[in-house]
Amino acid sequence: MPAPSPTPTCRDSEPMEAELLRLREQVLIARRDRTPLRLRGAGTKDFYSASNSQSTPCTTVDLRPFSGILDYEPSELVITARCGTPLSQIEAALAERGQFLGFEPPGFGADPTLGGIVAAGLSGPRRLSAGAVRDFVLGAALLAGDGELLQFGGRVMKNVAGFDVARLLCGSLGIFGIITQVCIKVLPRPRAEATVQLEMKAGEAIEAFNRWGSRPLPVSGAAWYDGGARIRFSGAVPAVEKACTQIGGKRLDAAAAQRWWDSLRHYTHPLFSSDSLWRLSLPQTAAPLDLSGDPLIDWGGALRWYAGDQGERDVRELAQRAAGTAMRWRGPAATGRFHPLSPAVAEIHRRLKRAFDPEGIFNPGRLLADL
Amino acid sequence: MVNLDEPAQSNPAQAPAPQRQEAAAAALRSVLPEDCVLWREAERRPYECDGLTAFRQIPMLVALPRTEEQVHQVLRLCNRLDLPVVARGAGTGLSGGAMPHASGVLLSLARLNRILEINPLARQARVQPGVRNLQVSEAAASYGLYYAPDPSSQIACSIGGNVAENSGGVHCLKYGLTIHNVLRLRGFTMEGELLELGSSALDGPGLDLLATVIGSEGLLMIVTEVTLKLIPRPQLAQLVMASFDDVGKAGDAVAAIISAGIIPAGLEMMDRKATQAVEPFVRAGYDLSAEAILLAEADGSPEEVLEQIAEIERVLRAAGATALTVSHSEAERLRFWSGRKNAFPAAGRVSPDYYCMDGTIPRKNLGHMLKAIEQMEAEHGLRCMNVFHAGDGNLHPLILFDANQPGEWERADRFGAQILELCVQLGGTITGEHGVGVEKINSMCVQFSPRERAAFFGIKRAFDPSGLLNPGKAIPTLARCAEYGKMHVHAGALPHADLPRF
Repeated sequence: MPAPSPTPTCRDSEPMEAELLRLREQVLIARRDRTPLRLRGAGTKDFYSASNSQSTPCTTVDLRPFSGILDYEPSELVITARCGTPLSQIEAALAERGQFLGFEPPGFGADPTLGGIVAAGLSGPRRLSAGAVRDFVLGAALLAGDGELLQFGGRVMKNVAGFDVARLLCGSLGIFGIITQVCIKVLPRPRAEATVQLEMKAGEAIEAFNRWGSRPLPVSGAAWYDGGARIRFSGAVPAVEKACTQIGGKRLDAAAAQRWWDSLRHYTHPLFSSDSLWRLSLPQTAAPLDLSGDPLIDWGGALRWYAGDQGERDVRELAQRAAGTAMRWRGPAATGRFHPLSPAVAEIHRRLKRAFDPEGIFNPGRLLADL
Repeated sequence: MVNLDEPAQSNPAQAPAPQRQEAAAAALRSVLPEDCVLWREAERRPYECDGLTAFRQIPMLVALPRTEEQVHQVLRLCNRLDLPVVARGAGTGLSGGAMPHASGVLLSLARLNRILEINPLARQARVQPGVRNLQVSEAAASYGLYYAPDPSSQIACSIGGNVAENSGGVHCLKYGLTIHNVLRLRGFTMEGELLELGSSALDGPGLDLLATVIGSEGLLMIVTEVTLKLIPRPQLAQLVMASFDDVGKAGDAVAAIISAGIIPAGLEMMDRKATQAVEPFVRAGYDLSAEAILLAEADGSPEEVLEQIAEIERVLRAAGATALTVSHSEAERLRFWSGRKNAFPAAGRVSPDYYCMDGTIPRKNLGHMLKAIEQMEAEHGLRCMNVFHAGDGNLHPLILFDANQPGEWERADRFGAQILELCVQLGGTITGEHGVGVEKINSMCVQFSPRERAAFFGIKRAFDPSGLLNPGKAIPTLARCAEYGKMHVHAGALPHADLPRF
């Protein structure tokens, strides 16, 4: 992938203007013919949908051609790119200047696009300390249901003009329109990073993660699997060294540490290929749940993956009782993939959808089965 | 097609008929104790404005509920009676977001002021909206934890107000804004529906409505409970104070620090007019011969701070700092900060009135902006002192004027609007952290297209179909923008000469 020039221009080149007009044309035709559109980048998250089967016939819009970094200024800690820009291109440009995406978006073993990353709203192990996609999105442009291009947010860290639509688009799964470009905050790469491994049980790990979390330690990852807790520290060299000494355990070599965190970030860990897999989002302190098998724990206890047959009702109920929610990541789901919303919240979803996409053109059934 | 219908806006200045007020007061007393409903003019007058005193309006009634259930009842009642509701926290807001509605109810949440729970292991605090910002950190201090966002008004401002405005502070470069530090909200829509957004977990199903409500200026829902993220207090914080003989150089130094891969806990800048105003008042020890000073703070473990301070010093020296002082005690660090934190009151000492602006621009344009402000000073015949959250490119120019001199407020107002327009032109925004409220509603016409504003009204209707929550604030109607008469300036939109324009 060729690296972009260090000071790319903000102005759209002629071919991209044409590409944008072509997208707009597709939206207007879809609206006229009432044929919904299925927005797609690299297709790494095709499976990630409220309903497993596609009920409505859709025209697929490939957004990969609408690609390119528009603006990257390392001293502003901000990068702006079109939705079709591959993650590899963005990461290469950032790496050249010693920066990176703090929310560690998943690659799923391939090369997702920026638009897909934002629309899915999934974040990696560093989410625990750095924040999620939505914490980094500063602005976005949206091609809405009437073919108009709307711009929300901006290129600056602090911005409270108007409702925060750019963040609302994070995790919206494309139901409001085509996210044509996004402006995101980036971070300087930490000077040092180290991972230590300690042998303990799941319950002990959850307790330890929370205990360490309330101390001023530079924790940037805390996961547990199969009897081993792995804690990653990031920051200044002396701070990382001191944290390793304080926590103890076995220090992983850099390559092994990278492999471990990458396997969680990119969903390449074998657990993610299980036929039946639940993703539970829980308060970090929630005690181990009464489910079969030990979970894979990430985000210092806030994210727990349970493989194997569980019986749907139990999982959702148990998660809810622990003040969390459960998502059917893999396997059949009679009540849909995502945890159900409260009626009042679902109603606001429907009204918001009508506000941006009254004809229901974009990604029907993707976020909510009936939306 | 997106619905361009806009809420009908009753004239907020219109005083209600006495019978209407009496009837509404009686209705409120059916859901609130007698002492929770203020109807006499003398009792209502203290609520006529928030921190932005240039805009005033006495509300028809003031409701002071004590419990969540009372808030719920007040909303249901007002929705039934078609009464506009304006929420108010501590009244420290700087954009008139809590300015009352003449024929509406001012809903003060000040009595919902309990810290419901501090969970040290989970590092979370569950509080009511009337709890003061600083109170949270004080309550968490014994566990070695604190709540990071620290707006200058943190002694007085409420968490509910912080949520409404997405407040920042001097440490948000490293620790984020309110939106990065709130995990969950509980409250009611105008229709009285209970909403729980977010949770104690790190994510959940559906849209991120939590992010939409934070910073929505009381237009979407009334919050009755907030779960905040607490973080471990750093062991040490140290501050570098640097002098520059040129504001442009100071601006470049800010970019140099960030480019060096350093994220200071705070990075502030004051120009000479600002340091000269605060020094006699605070005696912070500022270099009065410098054209600009920078304050850069490092925090963390002692080893980390030592390393970062050395690096900040190196970068600042290379960027042309004429003098450098490092704080060597907590007292000294606080003294250096005290000048910055007292810049607004200092402006009030050197001038009968001042108008505090709040725009954000990309950091690299700081020098350009300062030069432009100098020209505007001459153009409008008014002085302006500048304090910046330089790390985030967030400007707080303080325009000095005398409201008793005919025409000066109007000139200050135009001066301010001109600064904000330049912010938009430079790729920034008309408000970084103070909100739009009533103050910047005209400038919204400059930053957003009619279609974008229509989308905002769509969001408003999704939460508040009757449009009774804080009407007339934050988003201007088409008519209002037409009256203002300034075109929206936008960078990089579609080439669509063929499209209809509203």
